[in-house]
Amino acid sequence: MVTSDLVVQPPQNSGSSHVVNDMSISVATVNGSGSQSSNSVLLRAIFQMGVPVSGKNLFPSNIAGLPTWFTIRANQHGYIARKKEIDFLVAMNPETAKDDVMSLAPGSSVVFDEPLKLSELRTDLVFYSVPYDKILVSVGVEAKVRKLVRNMIYVGVVAQILDIDMKEVEIAIQRQFSKKAKAAALNLSAAKAGFEYAKASLPKQDRFLIERSNKTAGKIIVDGNSAAALGAVFAGVTVVTWYPITPSSSLVETLIEYAKEYRIGADGKSTFAVVQAEDELAAIGMVLGAGWAGARAMTATAGPGISLMAEFAGYSYYAEIPAVVWDVQRVGPSTGLPTRTAQCDVLSTAFLSHGDTKHILLFPASVEECFTMAGDAFDLAERFQTVVFVMSDLDLGMNNWMADPFKYPERPLDRGKVLGKADLERLGGFQRYKDVDGDGIGYRTLPGTDHPGAAYFTRGSGHNEKAQYTEKPDDYANNMERLNRKFETARSHVPRPELVASGKSKIGIIAYGTTHWAIGESRDQLRGEYGLEMDYLRLRGFPFSKEVHEFVKAHDRIYVVEQNRDAQMLTLLKMDLEPALLTRLRSISHMDGLPADARSVTDHIMTMEGK
Amino acid sequence: MSTTPVAPKVNRIGLTVLEYKGSKTTLCAGCGHNVISERILEAMYEMGVQPERLAKLSGIGCSSKTPAYFMSRSHSFNSVHGRMPSVATGALLANRSLVGLGVSGDGDTASIGIGQFVHLMRRNLPMIYIIEDNGVYGLTKGQFSATADVGSKLKSGVVNELPPIDTCLLAVQLGATFVGRSFSGDKKQLSAMLKAAIAHNGTVMLDVVSPCVTFNDHEGSTKSYQYMKDHEEPLHEVSFVPHFEEIDVEYEPGSALDVRMHDGSHLRLRKLEEDYDPRDQGMAMERLHDAHQKGEVLTGVFYVNPDKPTFLDMLNMTEDPLATLPQDRVRPPREALEAAMAELR
Repeated sequence: MVTSDLVVQPPQNSGSSHVVNDMSISVATVNGSGSQSSNSVLLRAIFQMGVPVSGKNLFPSNIAGLPTWFTIRANQHGYIARKKEIDFLVAMNPETAKDDVMSLAPGSSVVFDEPLKLSELRTDLVFYSVPYDKILVSVGVEAKVRKLVRNMIYVGVVAQILDIDMKEVEIAIQRQFSKKAKAAALNLSAAKAGFEYAKASLPKQDRFLIERSNKTAGKIIVDGNSAAALGAVFAGVTVVTWYPITPSSSLVETLIEYAKEYRIGADGKSTFAVVQAEDELAAIGMVLGAGWAGARAMTATAGPGISLMAEFAGYSYYAEIPAVVWDVQRVGPSTGLPTRTAQCDVLSTAFLSHGDTKHILLFPASVEECFTMAGDAFDLAERFQTVVFVMSDLDLGMNNWMADPFKYPERPLDRGKVLGKADLERLGGFQRYKDVDGDGIGYRTLPGTDHPGAAYFTRGSGHNEKAQYTEKPDDYANNMERLNRKFETARSHVPRPELVASGKSKIGIIAYGTTHWAIGESRDQLRGEYGLEMDYLRLRGFPFSKEVHEFVKAHDRIYVVEQNRDAQMLTLLKMDLEPALLTRLRSISHMDGLPADARSVTDHIMTMEGK
Repeated sequence: MSTTPVAPKVNRIGLTVLEYKGSKTTLCAGCGHNVISERILEAMYEMGVQPERLAKLSGIGCSSKTPAYFMSRSHSFNSVHGRMPSVATGALLANRSLVGLGVSGDGDTASIGIGQFVHLMRRNLPMIYIIEDNGVYGLTKGQFSATADVGSKLKSGVVNELPPIDTCLLAVQLGATFVGRSFSGDKKQLSAMLKAAIAHNGTVMLDVVSPCVTFNDHEGSTKSYQYMKDHEEPLHEVSFVPHFEEIDVEYEPGSALDVRMHDGSHLRLRKLEEDYDPRDQGMAMERLHDAHQKGEVLTGVFYVNPDKPTFLDMLNMTEDPLATLPQDRVRPPREALEAAMAELR
């Protein structure tokens, strides 16, 4: 049995009437109002108290003026999936305030701006009224910056109500505004004013409390895009090309920052090149040109960009050129929910392009895996001389995740089968597409190799073992068979799935990517509430390794949980499994643009279990 | 009587012209593209370019097949339709020590590839970009391309009514630093321009009119051999003196313009139009516009700026090829990761 530190601990009874270190706080604001800083401070302050947290930003595709919700989940057991229910609402947006309040479960709390008069709406909630504008005037904040610090007041109010230590809030503010002392002082005074107001005027009426704990010591908070960027920088990426698209843009923007910090040589020169291309077609074309010439080249995009990269993806497959593409998945096309999360590019990416193409896919579930798979992707791309897609998503890429610090990559870079001048002198020459080693992978040379026999001609699928032009049926068929052997070899090289099995259960769950976080919590709910033990296999790569087949064989029925409508991963599994096993697979689809949550998964499974 | 074998003629790096040959062409007999391939390999031979240092890049079309027909000792990448510029950009970022040669056609550049073309031009990436321009799609049997002139007629009698895209005008405007037009049938001019192109550091864009003998060489076509013979209007007489040779022809003062190239070679333009200065971007655009009005097929070096920083200069990249940097230069040390983690705590 393989377990992982990703597996969450089961809950224990606290036996108190207060709900301690277990709540979800939703802050409803208008985007462009500067609430991001306030929310980060609140998240950090709870984290510094030693309580596991996660932060999810639910935002519109807009610069300013539309509603946005930031959800902080604090959970002593380490559950960091989205929680469906909101326990504590900070209502700052007049547009949505009424709906936000009406959607709460009885017993929840609401902190609201006094003029909104929300307390008149319901009698089964706890209301805290805060006169933000009066407090701003009382602390003497100049009129022109009032809008900027208004949101910091609720941080102080919430800190007082939930018993978050103001010292931690102060540390978080200093960190947030580390390069702007004046802004830090101003924001701190606003937070303190909120805290003092709440202390004087808002007696505690609700059940929720944050208590100091020790579960975050040494941990980091980072988003998946930053983790991927750091991973690429430490995996020796040399050429990065991109075209801005939500939710992948911050991956490359952060990569540029990290590369400037850690990848400038002693001579002041860069050991990398980053190019903002004219579109995704050019971005992937540059990656292929660079990969062909021997660079570790990558791009990052989302579904619409993946579509545009289709032709080159096929070229990479047939002409056998290394490339790494991060797909930070979102809903599409065009204006279709570009700021909401999904796992909806699995099937289209697995077979991206025309002809008999199929690609290696990696599925990171955590920020740690964004870091490690950034390196795995390059090693696999260069080893297998083909494009490798890393299938992240908006939830992983853009939201804040708590994690253990990343471990330094000890494994040397795998640059694959590349022949240099000395090799060619020894061998007397080479055949680019000949399967010398029986693994389906040929040897390549890089342009610029100083040997008269180094060059070869790169073209689509019409070539023989010597890379010569051919349209002969046998040559084509042989090459296709070899490409298939290469793909079979990849089965045992992609990251292995993670198995969490009791050895007794006949029911299984298969999931991948960020769905993992809901599954961990859901399995605890199923066990705790229904006495149902579920084995769990988390996929981490495609093509599927033998463990996937074994898992399906070992269970009577398997729920494949994923964040798309059409059971895309289940479909991929069906293509791979022997026919007798197909009826064991059942789809659980989560597809509303929000990250999957445990309660929805649990309810869905129990419905399908007929209970 | 014994004979001593005559030593084969070699260039300045000791290679014979045979070592610059490619595979046998599969294009039509008489195709202008084959002549251009010959001129390219001669220029590379004469300039002493090490074949292994050349990267040949192309898109799709008759023109894009030609890299197979010269210099087999150079790596070549026959990419997808209209996307050669991006592939070339990637390859040269990965290894800046390569000599980049892109071969494209008028369809591959001016229609499907116009987006990538214009962005390549504005980056001034050091490479040579050749358009083998015949005004029609050959591989799909003779449809008009976007460089076809108004009034040009297909064999079927269809007349083109849309104005042509002038790739030279675009290239000058957008920032390419060596822009010219030539004709596959003008051996002397094309050879001189190709050698000057090799000497240049920056984007070279050469539009070479290259008649399609099968689909566009008839009466009524404006890209036929006959039409070019009747309408070619050279701006100047182009000659080239490489940096490793002495200047042996002196022009009368004021009758020729001498442009010192990046590598010390000399591009010499004997003036046919007295006031024309190819170092003046505005003048180049005006003269090209004027040529359109007059219906001339203007040839020569329209614009040259040997000193503008290239895209690689702007990126502040190390001089060593990125592709083959050792692990200790591309994986930061342990302390770097610790520092990054400390910032996230």
